Formats: sequence, structure tokens, C-alpha cells
Amino acid sequence: MNTVMLQHNKITLALHEVRPGTGRPLLFLHGLGESAAMMSTLSVNWAGPVWALDFTGHGESSVPAGGGYSSEILMADADIALRHIGEATVVGRGLGAYIAFLIAGARPTLMRGAVLLDGPGLAGGAIHATSNTEITSGGNRTGMTPDPWALIELSRDARPPTYTTTFARLAVSGSGIADPIAVTCKVAPPWVEAIRAEPGVMIDITLQDALDIYAAV
Amino acid sequence: MTPETRSYPGAERPARSYRHNADGVGIAVYEWGAESNPPLFLVHGGSDFAGTFDVFAPLIAAAGYRVIAWDHRGHGDSQHAALYGWDADIRDALSVMSAITNKAAPVIAHSKGGALMMQLADSCPYRISAMVNIDGMPSKRRMPDVPDHDQSRLLADSIGSWLDFRHEAAASERKPGTLVDLAQRRGKMNPRLSVEWLEYLVTIGAQQDADGWRWKLDPTMRFGGFGPWRPEWASLRMAALTMPFLGLLGTFDEPMGWGARPRDVLPWIPSSGRLEVLEGIGHFIHIEEPERVSKMILEFLS
Repeated sequence: MNTVMLQHNKITLALHEVRPGTGRPLLFLHGLGESAAMMSTLSVNWAGPVWALDFTGHGESSVPAGGGYSSEILMADADIALRHIGEATVVGRGLGAYIAFLIAGARPTLMRGAVLLDGPGLAGGAIHATSNTEITSGGNRTGMTPDPWALIELSRDARPPTYTTTFARLAVSGSGIADPIAVTCKVAPPWVEAIRAEPGVMIDITLQDALDIYAAV
Repeated sequence: MTPETRSYPGAERPARSYRHNADGVGIAVYEWGAESNPPLFLVHGGSDFAGTFDVFAPLIAAAGYRVIAWDHRGHGDSQHAALYGWDADIRDALSVMSAITNKAAPVIAHSKGGALMMQLADSCPYRISAMVNIDGMPSKRRMPDVPDHDQSRLLADSIGSWLDFRHEAAASERKPGTLVDLAQRRGKMNPRLSVEWLEYLVTIGAQQDADGWRWKLDPTMRFGGFGPWRPEWASLRMAALTMPFLGLLGTFDEPMGWGARPRDVLPWIPSSGRLEVLEGIGHFIHIEEPERVSKMILEFLS
């Protein structure tokens, strides 16, 4: 795989070209604790180039000291990748599905469809005030990928349905595509359940069928 | 270059200062009062730094406490981190506190620091023996008179602007100016504080470079104005607290405040606590009236 290193503030992100192609790029976003390499084994029929991003603290991207992760920071990772490859269709697994969904709402004109797949980190944390135990050390995996702070913080970040439905509406109103989001997930945590009910969100569809629809957009 | 300095009546720099390693992030820690005294933690608010306690902390220390404060990551003399987040701030706090004592200790926290410490008190009640929250009690308030579709547009603009900034953040730096310039800039956010105090703060919270003074606050730190966090979660946590609790609220809204009013906060004051409303004071209650506020707090702690 060809790899491009991109700067996101103090973090260096690894963006891998899984395979070349002609036409609109497809971007893979991996699940929590996974990497672009693991995601790149996904088999899809797509004419354009296929890229896969390592999120901050994952794969070949750099590891920040002391954590501080949020899904919004990973959304900005995806935005850095999109600026490099241009308008794209995005496939995300688990945590990557949530990030694909967020960036679809945040950059609706750059995104030509987001396909959401089951995978690690799909659910996020509680959606109300909780008493999460505080941990002050990343242990003996500090500095390695996947970063233990990423695993801890991104498995408990809140994804309230009122927040996520707003992103769904931004995607629909800003993209000019009838159905800019495709949910293939069998698992439906509250944020997925909430967006499944939104107009512009396709459900009961396979990954390849969704990609065929977005390829024609 | 001879550094410009300012003094301020009653202001006293800490007796001890050092750097603490919070899992790879260097945190600047400051102490007032004898090391053998019982510890008490002071927690500053967002975009502030521990030096804002230079008048208030000595008054608490004089009552027999070892007063400890720190600059949050990216603030003051603490390290500029790659990432910033609410949980990371709480974790840094717990790391500093654990290095001082493994027993419960009193906490006085201002603004965002108050909200952070309420979350810490809720998740680790065994670490905090008493809590004073100085205008750090967020409440749920909608933007008035803004229709839903306009709120969505504002949100889209906020997200786009924040993402654009992330592309440029690595090259961003604070704008230099004279000591007076920086004090005037801060004065827009602290309109009730005196010029003399603001100029003093510049000499602590800013650095003098060859081309002028710059605030030390990490220029890459910019909050997006959006996110999943809901202010009412802080209220729910506050209501659940079991340690003695004193909430302080002024009556003047300021740009750096939460805009919480007594009627927003009162329903959520824990049964172990009380709310004191100080008429005619703004968000920086402990800076506007350090003598009165320290006396009130020391009475509460005793």
C-alpha cells in the first residue's frame, strides 16, 4: 500500500492507498482498536481508488501523550484525509461508522454517501450523566497503537440521539443527495436507532448495494 | 531584554512550583503555605491559569492550609498537548492530587474547574472532603429567539469553521502585543476586573518574546461551540454529591461565565450543600472580593 503522511495539528496521520482506480475515491474508516490495514481487507466492488485512514493513536498514525480523544477530533482526522483525496464516498466500521456519519453531516458537499457497518466502538458510552471511574495511567501500552487512552475515551464518549439526529439533518440538507447515509448495521445503539428514523437514511441495505447507489450519484 | 514586571496589592507568587508528569503531559503545579499543612486544591477555569489565584490563594493558605493549584494542560506553563478534552482535564487533576495525597481533601474550583471537579467528586467521592464551586454550575438554557432552522445553520457554520481551523492549527500562534495590549484584550473577557490586575496577570500568564508579549495559552486550543456534552449533566452530578458543598454565584453575567442564574441552579444544589448569591459581583467572584469570599469559604470549611 502507498502511504501518505498528513499533519493534523501535532498528530501525523497515515493515509493508505489500498488500491488505485479511476473515478471518485472510496475512503475506509476503521473501528475502535483496529487499523487501516485491518479495514483494507474489506471486499467491495468500486471503480475508483480505495483509501484507508489510520485514526489518531491507531495503526501507523502517531500517538498523543495523555489522551484527550473525542469523536469530533477523529471527525477532523477524516476531514484532513478528505482534503487530500477530494470528494469521496466513505465506508466506516464501528467507531469509523460513527465518524463517517459525523463527517457526512459536517462536510455534506465533500461526501458522496456514508455507509455504516457494524464493528468495534459502534455504540459509544452512556447518553446521560454517569459516574465513570477515573483512570490515571495508560499502563505498559502507553505510546503504542492502539493507544489505550483512545480505547478508554472513545468507548465511553457520549452520542446522544438529539446530537446525532442533527448531523443526519445537516447531511440531508447540505449534500443534495436523496439518501446520503446508508445504515447496514445489525446492531442499533440509541444513536443508530435515532438516525434510522430520519429521512435520507437508507436502512435494510447491503454494503455493496449502497456503494452501487453512491457510485451512480 | 529586561522583562517587564508588575506588582499588585496582596498578590503573592507561590512558595513552591514544579512540573508534574501526568501520564506524559507536563503539568505546572504551584503551592502556597507550609508543606506540612493539610492540603487544599484550587482549580482554575477555562482559558485561565493558576496565577489568577495569586491574591486569593495566600488568604486561604494563611488559615493553615497547604494550597495547591495547577495550570491545566495547554494553559499557563503546562505543556501544550496534542489533544484536549474534559476527561483528560479530570485525569490530569486526579494525577496531580494523587501525587499530593491519597486522602480526601477540600477543593475550591472556579467556572469550568467547578464543573470538572463536580464530575470528579461524583466519580471519586473518596477524593474530595468538601467542595466549593465558584460559578461553575452550568445549567440548561436554550438560545432565546433563534428558530430551529437558524440554530442548525449556526451549528453547520460552527462545525465548518472548527474543521477549517484544525487544518491550520499546527501553524497557529498567538498575536504578539505590548503588555498593555494584552491586558486590554483580556479586559474584553474580564470587563469587571481592574487594569492593574489584568496587567499583573499578563506578567504571569504571558511570555515576553522579542516581538512582544504573547499569552501562553495553546493557540491550537479552540472549542467548537458544538459537541455532545449537555450542561444539564453537570446539574445531575451536582445533585448527587454527598460531601459538604458550597456554591457561589454572582449576579452579573460576563463573557467567560456560564450565564447560570440562581433559579437555574437552586433545584440542583445537593442536600449536603447550600448556594450563596453575592449581589453586584460578576463571574470572577474570588478576584473581585477576595477578602469577603475567602472568609466565607474558610467559615464553611471550618
